[in-house]
Amino acid sequence: MFQRLNGPQTLGNGRGFWIGALAVFAVAVAFPAVADPYDVGNFAYFLIWIFMALGLCLMWGYGGMLSFGQTFFFGLGGYGYGVIEINIGAAHGGSLAALVLAVSVAALAAAILGYFMIYGRIGGVFFGIVTLSTTLALAAFVGQTAGPEWTVGTARLNGFNGMQGMSPLQLPWFGRDIDLEESALYYFLLVLLAATYVGLRLLVNSRFGNVLVAIREDPQRAELLGYDVRRYQLVTFVIGSLLAGLSGALYTAWGQFITPSSIGLPAAAMPIVWVAFAGRSDLTATFVGTFVLLFAFQTITIYSEQSALVLMGLLLVATVLFAPRGLMVGVGQSLTRSFAKRGG
Amino acid sequence: MAALLEIRALSRTFGGLFAVSDVDLDVNPGEIHCLIGPNGAGKSTLFKLVMGTYTPTHGSIRFDGEDITQMPPFRRVNLGMSIKMQAPSVFRALPVWQNVHIALQRRVPRRLLAAEEGRLLDLLGLAAEAARPAGELSHGQQQWLEIGMALALQPKLLLLDEPTAGLSPEETFRTGELVKRLAQAGMTVMVVEHDMDFVRQIATRVTVLHLGKIFAEGSVEAIVADPAVAEIYLGTPHANADS
Repeated sequence: MFQRLNGPQTLGNGRGFWIGALAVFAVAVAFPAVADPYDVGNFAYFLIWIFMALGLCLMWGYGGMLSFGQTFFFGLGGYGYGVIEINIGAAHGGSLAALVLAVSVAALAAAILGYFMIYGRIGGVFFGIVTLSTTLALAAFVGQTAGPEWTVGTARLNGFNGMQGMSPLQLPWFGRDIDLEESALYYFLLVLLAATYVGLRLLVNSRFGNVLVAIREDPQRAELLGYDVRRYQLVTFVIGSLLAGLSGALYTAWGQFITPSSIGLPAAAMPIVWVAFAGRSDLTATFVGTFVLLFAFQTITIYSEQSALVLMGLLLVATVLFAPRGLMVGVGQSLTRSFAKRGG
Repeated sequence: MAALLEIRALSRTFGGLFAVSDVDLDVNPGEIHCLIGPNGAGKSTLFKLVMGTYTPTHGSIRFDGEDITQMPPFRRVNLGMSIKMQAPSVFRALPVWQNVHIALQRRVPRRLLAAEEGRLLDLLGLAAEAARPAGELSHGQQQWLEIGMALALQPKLLLLDEPTAGLSPEETFRTGELVKRLAQAGMTVMVVEHDMDFVRQIATRVTVLHLGKIFAEGSVEAIVADPAVAEIYLGTPHANADS
């Protein structure tokens, strides 16, 4: 099992890496004991976005599919959670069911959209264009739902002002419900994220992952080795988009609020900036880089949101020009090299 | 004896031009069937029709008793076909061992993979290069790597599109010996080739294509001795210029 976590598709395969990773995890577990609740909630917020970044990393870095649609699925997951939770209630596992259903809605939408794109042989730049258009269409649609007629059951979509009134996640626990807020939510997210990271590492280093990078390198050669290329691409697109849906549902549960601006263009560009900056070719780099960027972005936003956005744009340009494989991947590789030198 | 590959009345047009025109061709089990012809004769197009990267305008293809005319390429591969394409096409950014691994992993169970991988790399003479990205190999090594990947599938029918392009005479000879050994072991091989020495070395049967049609078919000796075949080669200003 441990062996299968490691392989050619990931940086950081040695004992040293995993000891370091466990140390980071231990620090993350201890964090709420020493930090104030505001910071814990804030870190929980950072963790929420990393699912979406990992999903894009899988599709783009490993599968060669640049999707601009992460916030489309984020929106489906986020609004999906709100609509379902408000209608069925949070108690007795209701909010968890809403989470699962909302993510399923995103996955189903990804399967449908992905089917038409991938089996319709929409590739390269057009893949980006179609996913971006779909995203903008959803943002525009939700934006015009301000009127009272736009309700689903008892849930009002509420246009640009955003949907609210849903409950946070509740974990059914031997007859009573634990509210997943503050530290409890943080731990829930931490465990879920660690499991997702481990699961994705297993996936990319498996036979499936071998085929996926082969398709990225040369789809025709991969098909001529007997692989059903489009099915692999579709499965990858669904997994990557589903993770964006998970981010969305968790985001709504975290803040009990979602607006169309979390779907629209500036939001849609963010995952691409994170993943490009961090290094799309590696899950760990994406994980760490996204966290660093979210932290930096929020710190700067306190002073000025505009300058934070401008800085993100500049970062993307600088990454593309000076470190096209991503900054974190570069750091990771030089670390690996220096360790190898010392070892040898 | 039933043919392994049966091509009947096969045509493919591009904008009204016949690249392949009304071709009937049988490839029998165990033979090394060479396809020759001047530039633009339709050899590569015919290969792509067999492999499924092009679909025919007319006609049918049967493989191992099954109609594959409209079948997507990956299904044909899973029926037992495998191809080395004209331009070396390997996964350039991936290490050599992983190229081989990806080709092997469909067929070989996990516990045997490492051993099979080593065996194939030794056969290809690439064991020392295993960790290098495939794109850094010499042209000849990439050709061999791709042949090795095609072999990894243990196909019933192996298609080789100009396997010796860019190889030294010595490498060409070794490739020929490898192909002959495969055929002796029961594999059927179909080869598009320009190098007549290579064709003489390996072919059990030769088909000459000219302007998309079958021009002649027979043993190597008969084809080489055929004055009409010599004429279509010599009569074309660019004959043999593209190999």
